[in-house]
Amino acid sequence: MLSRTADHLFWMARYIERAENTARVLDVTHSTSLLPDDSVGAEAHLWYAPLNISGCAAGYTAKYGAAESAAVTRFIALDPDNPASIYTSLMLARENARAVRGAITGEMWESINATWLELNRMSPALSGNRLTPFFDWVKERSHLFRGVTLGTILKDDALNFIRLGTFLERADNTARILDVKYHILLPSVKDVGGAADYYQWGALLRSVSAFEAYRKIYRDVISPQRVAELLVLRADMPRSLHACLNEVDSTLEIINGSTGREARRCAGEIHAALHFNLIENIFANGLHEYLTDFLGRTDSLGKEIRSAYLARRDEFVAPSPVRQMAQVQ
Amino acid sequence: MHESTDILFKPAIFDEMHSPEGLVRNQYRDVAAQLFSLPLEALSQKQREAEVLFRRLGITFAVYGEGAGAERLIPFDVIPRIFGASEWALLGRGLKQRVQALNAFLHDIYHAREIIKAGLIPAHQVLGNSLYRPEMRGIDLPNQVYAHIAGIDLVRVAENDFYVLEDNLRTPSGVSYMLENRNTMMRLFPDLFASHAVAPIDHYPQMLLDTLLEAAPPNVDEPVIVVMTPGAYNSAYFEHAFLASQMGVELVEGQDLFVHAGKVYMHTTEGPQQVHVIYRRVDDDFLDPLAFRPDSTLGVPGLMNAYCSGGVVLANGIGTGVADDKSTYPYVPAMIEFYLGEKPILSNVPTWRLGKTEDLKYALAHLPELVVKEVQGSGGYGMLVGPASTPEEIAAYRERILAAPAGFIAQPTLALSTCPTLVEAGIAPRHVDLRPFVLSGKEIRLVPGGLTRVALTEGSLVVNSSQGGGTKDTWVLED
Repeated sequence: MLSRTADHLFWMARYIERAENTARVLDVTHSTSLLPDDSVGAEAHLWYAPLNISGCAAGYTAKYGAAESAAVTRFIALDPDNPASIYTSLMLARENARAVRGAITGEMWESINATWLELNRMSPALSGNRLTPFFDWVKERSHLFRGVTLGTILKDDALNFIRLGTFLERADNTARILDVKYHILLPSVKDVGGAADYYQWGALLRSVSAFEAYRKIYRDVISPQRVAELLVLRADMPRSLHACLNEVDSTLEIINGSTGREARRCAGEIHAALHFNLIENIFANGLHEYLTDFLGRTDSLGKEIRSAYLARRDEFVAPSPVRQMAQVQ
Repeated sequence: MHESTDILFKPAIFDEMHSPEGLVRNQYRDVAAQLFSLPLEALSQKQREAEVLFRRLGITFAVYGEGAGAERLIPFDVIPRIFGASEWALLGRGLKQRVQALNAFLHDIYHAREIIKAGLIPAHQVLGNSLYRPEMRGIDLPNQVYAHIAGIDLVRVAENDFYVLEDNLRTPSGVSYMLENRNTMMRLFPDLFASHAVAPIDHYPQMLLDTLLEAAPPNVDEPVIVVMTPGAYNSAYFEHAFLASQMGVELVEGQDLFVHAGKVYMHTTEGPQQVHVIYRRVDDDFLDPLAFRPDSTLGVPGLMNAYCSGGVVLANGIGTGVADDKSTYPYVPAMIEFYLGEKPILSNVPTWRLGKTEDLKYALAHLPELVVKEVQGSGGYGMLVGPASTPEEIAAYRERILAAPAGFIAQPTLALSTCPTLVEAGIAPRHVDLRPFVLSGKEIRLVPGGLTRVALTEGSLVVNSSQGGGTKDTWVLED
């Protein structure tokens, strides 16, 4: 497959997944904000979280100043100037899809194009009480696109690079969600087991569609350590770091070519660490430290994947006729 | 109800659907009965559905000068244009004959130049043409094919009287609209297809792929074919992507290709892969910054060398422009007789070449009756339609002609046929032309159909999409 095509497919998938996760983050922040909290600076504290997760806090502050729910939501959901907004992500997903229309199925293109057209139609009217349906819509469009992809595309390298993009992005996003929420939630440790704590951890679990899974697996009060275990180490939890790295690792194994050795080694290392780690060890050294390290490693993995498959290398590496002859003789 | 008598048409102009007595022609009878029994509002509704479909599928063309990413729909008309089997058989023979002669001409002028020696076309007309590529002299192309894909623009002025308006042998576009128009019609009006034997055209991409495979350099077991596009902001990008995916080949840009030791490779996730045939939708001038425009970023350095040494085949070949140039057009009937020894089946429009003194004199005296075109113009830009122009426009155009007469040709204003078309005021006759696509490989092929373009403005003769023209599905009925 063309390197440029693989690159566009990889980023198309990342941007769709990113839009979905950003909607999840905003949704959980929004529902957390409905909980009464009279402490000073509570709103700003809460609404900085999604800005931190998507790494656009500086851009926001420059434009709006203090974090406040309506402005943060608009900035992250719809602002075309914000490179991390849902709007920008969906636009870039479509631009990448458009660049490789020949490599995706007609249904995939229709789905992504319809999402973009619909977003432009509904975004001017978007206000407070329409937010939850909007976040649901973003998630739904992402689910739909994933379904259309799996249901229509040939299982070849195009799908492999789409999967790589999806799961690398998802691993990154889940780690960020967990990291920032962990920090928000820490101050409220005083009422561990209280209603507010239950509500907030519950909201976090819901944001990654893990609430029912938690109930099923642990049948117990919601504790930070178990939430972390679920989202980091449980391989059967679709959005956990372990599950994502399972997919990344096995996808890299399938992709042909001798150029990806370093990327495979890198993925294998991260994967093995998740596979054999215990949540007690992670907490002993600090969850935040663990997640920071994880984000650094997946970032390096992304760079290895880019340089192995996606970047166009100018040097000519096909065997020269002279060497071929030497081998024959 | 819309009785056929509601439809206005000028008696002198051939109406595709109605005989001069106002009767509906055979091949239209059932369609007219079914479509025109619908309330106008129902037809308009279908038209809107078609627009939604086209928008959703992204069947758009990019518009220059309206900001990056501006995309527009080509208006689609729901009333098909219909040919009977025998009408089409005649057209098909004429088209094959013409394209065969044009390819023979191209081979000849880059080799023995027999036609010049025979005195049938002046040497300066060929060798002095800026579209003649001296680099191509003596280079042998597989099957001696230069224009693998030709789009021939035709108009009709009477029953079985077709004129070729223009031969497009460089990068003719529009075939994706031909195919998508058919898909759209089948989605909107399944009943019409159930009750008509409309000859299928969906195998065009397969035919194109066969043609490109046949064009491959000899001794290649499994030729790798690619479609080369200038990029996502080119006005025909949709078509490039469409054809690549329909053929199951890579859609590449210049940056994806490189030349090494006389061969062309593309960058893939598995390393470099050799490419044997490039269906390029990039103009000659932009193909290779080393050979042509040095400022081109769309091309591949060294591509021309690889091409000339036989390392890769380009479709269409380099230097085909000299044969589709409007100043060469008047010689095509002579080419047909010279190379094939046959009488031309399709007519040429009488053409005055304004580089010739007597032709210029005639044209200047008759500008209000004539259509004047730039020899190298395209897309309907920069032409004068005398009968539809104001005296001021004609005066201004006269100045342009006088400044460089050899850059223009003039033709009589043809009474292009009309076809009933859904417009705001209802169903009314609008002028149409037809662009069938002719493929040349080891043999010459075409699907039964083409792109019918329709001038949506009343009385207008300009059908180009860049000038606000629309399109219709084109049917050929089987016997």
